[in-house]
Amino acid sequence: MIQVSHLTKMYGARPAIHDLNFEVKKGEIVGFLGPNGAGKSTTMKILTGFMPATEGKATIGGFDVFENPIDVKKNIGFLPENPPVYPEMVVSDYLEFAAQLHQVPKDLMSRAVGSAIEKTGLGDVRKRLIGNLSKGFRQRVGLAQALVHNPQVLILDEPTVGLDPKQIIEIRELIKSLGGDHTLILSSHILPEVTATCQRIIVISRGQIVAQDTLEQLTTRIKKGLIYSLMVKAPSPEGVEAIRRIDGINGVTSVGTKLVIEMKPGAKEIRDKIIETAVAKGMGVLEFSAERVSLEEIFLQLTTVESV
Amino acid sequence: MMKNIWVVARKDFRAYFTSPIAYIIIAGFLVIMGWMFFFNLSHFNMQNMQYQQFNMGKGVSISEGIIRPLYGNMNVIFLFLVPFITMRLFAEEKKNHTIELLMTSPLTLTEIILGKYLSAFLLISVMLGMTIVYPIVLFATGNPELGPIVANYIGTLLLASCYLSTGVLFSSVTENQIVAGALTFASGLFFWLISWATQTAGPIWGELLNYLSLISHYNNFGQGLVNSSDVTYYLSFIGVGLFLTHRVLDSYRWR
Repeated sequence: MIQVSHLTKMYGARPAIHDLNFEVKKGEIVGFLGPNGAGKSTTMKILTGFMPATEGKATIGGFDVFENPIDVKKNIGFLPENPPVYPEMVVSDYLEFAAQLHQVPKDLMSRAVGSAIEKTGLGDVRKRLIGNLSKGFRQRVGLAQALVHNPQVLILDEPTVGLDPKQIIEIRELIKSLGGDHTLILSSHILPEVTATCQRIIVISRGQIVAQDTLEQLTTRIKKGLIYSLMVKAPSPEGVEAIRRIDGINGVTSVGTKLVIEMKPGAKEIRDKIIETAVAKGMGVLEFSAERVSLEEIFLQLTTVESV
Repeated sequence: MMKNIWVVARKDFRAYFTSPIAYIIIAGFLVIMGWMFFFNLSHFNMQNMQYQQFNMGKGVSISEGIIRPLYGNMNVIFLFLVPFITMRLFAEEKKNHTIELLMTSPLTLTEIILGKYLSAFLLISVMLGMTIVYPIVLFATGNPELGPIVANYIGTLLLASCYLSTGVLFSSVTENQIVAGALTFASGLFFWLISWATQTAGPIWGELLNYLSLISHYNNFGQGLVNSSDVTYYLSFIGVGLFLTHRVLDSYRWR
């Protein structure tokens, strides 16, 4: 349903997202998980055709987001970071307007608006001015707007922000019930949020995908341990062999001047040792870094802001 | 295409009336215009009485004495009021983030811009429509010519539409409504006053400045002439404004 390849977006010289590749199948619920500023919103804005990418390609339902934006937009319901609501409009009028924008035929209008109101629990406020509603209700109006034309694909940017715990559970139930008929992408910076609703998780950090898998597989991968990369001036077989023999290292692969060092699960802190060995063997250390950002680190960040 | 434009236009036209904006603008407009009409009418009567008293001939016609100054003044009023009409169109959508709803809907940018423009155009049409009372009063009490009245209406509508087009443009460059309104007023005034330099700028520049001035193209309408070159100028002015709006909003996406 959704295919993204080599998607890159630059803000000036700074990449907001870099070389994203992923795929979402029809009826799947996929969670974008990452700390604030990781590039979740940017990715969603590109998928919805709000902004173009600097490089790469994205298709939704077979239509290219950049070449056939109108066809793509017809199939999408989008809830942006800030619910796009007009404070001076009444809830039901607003939903009707959103439905008209998405070309819902006149004879289906009242049914479409009615069912969006029912699904999001807005029945009591349907005749109220949006400007007078609380943040939680506005968020729900935004969600109703994304649903009103019954799109194949729903893209929800932090759908439960600003809701109280009871509403969060309701919205999560709603999201789960939408899977199957609809394809869903939702973003969150809260781990339990995604684990409660999504079948698959894409973890992004600093504009890059660091992992994408089901939750069970992700947890086992975290336990596997860290990976470091070491750039050297002159790699030698003896040097590589010496590093491999350090206690706590699972394996070393050398690619040109780059050594990828995999740690054993739960290994002690031995970075000093690795560098010392490399220098002692005359390889000359140029650069030493953790391979991308460790999943563990991200998960730690995400689980500590856990609320509900 | 038309349907999409209409969806946007209707939403924005209604928004004028669900907020106090439309009522305040229309009321202000009618009070000022009513005062001007009253003043023009009494001045016209006094003038013609003097003509008769001193036997100076036929006197001033209704077209020259009432219609022309009245609609000329109306143009100035629009110069002041249009910024208040257009400033919210895109600026407010940006501020509320509702622009994201429009831009991720299956509408082209052109349809969105034309819809917004149409909503403001409808509002000034309503305002102009209400002033038809004045010609009706004149027809009921006197014997005015229809031609100049029609020409003045066409000219005023076109001129105000030009202000609208700059208004839509400046509303698209900022999310601050005050900034949008101030720029609209300044540019309207600039394109008005640009013809002042006609005499001093030398033959070629003078001619050019005179051609670019919004108000010098109104002179013919004021005299009751609908000239195709004036109409073309106004339509091009509107077109350029809306085209630039399209470029601005498109570039906003790329940032």
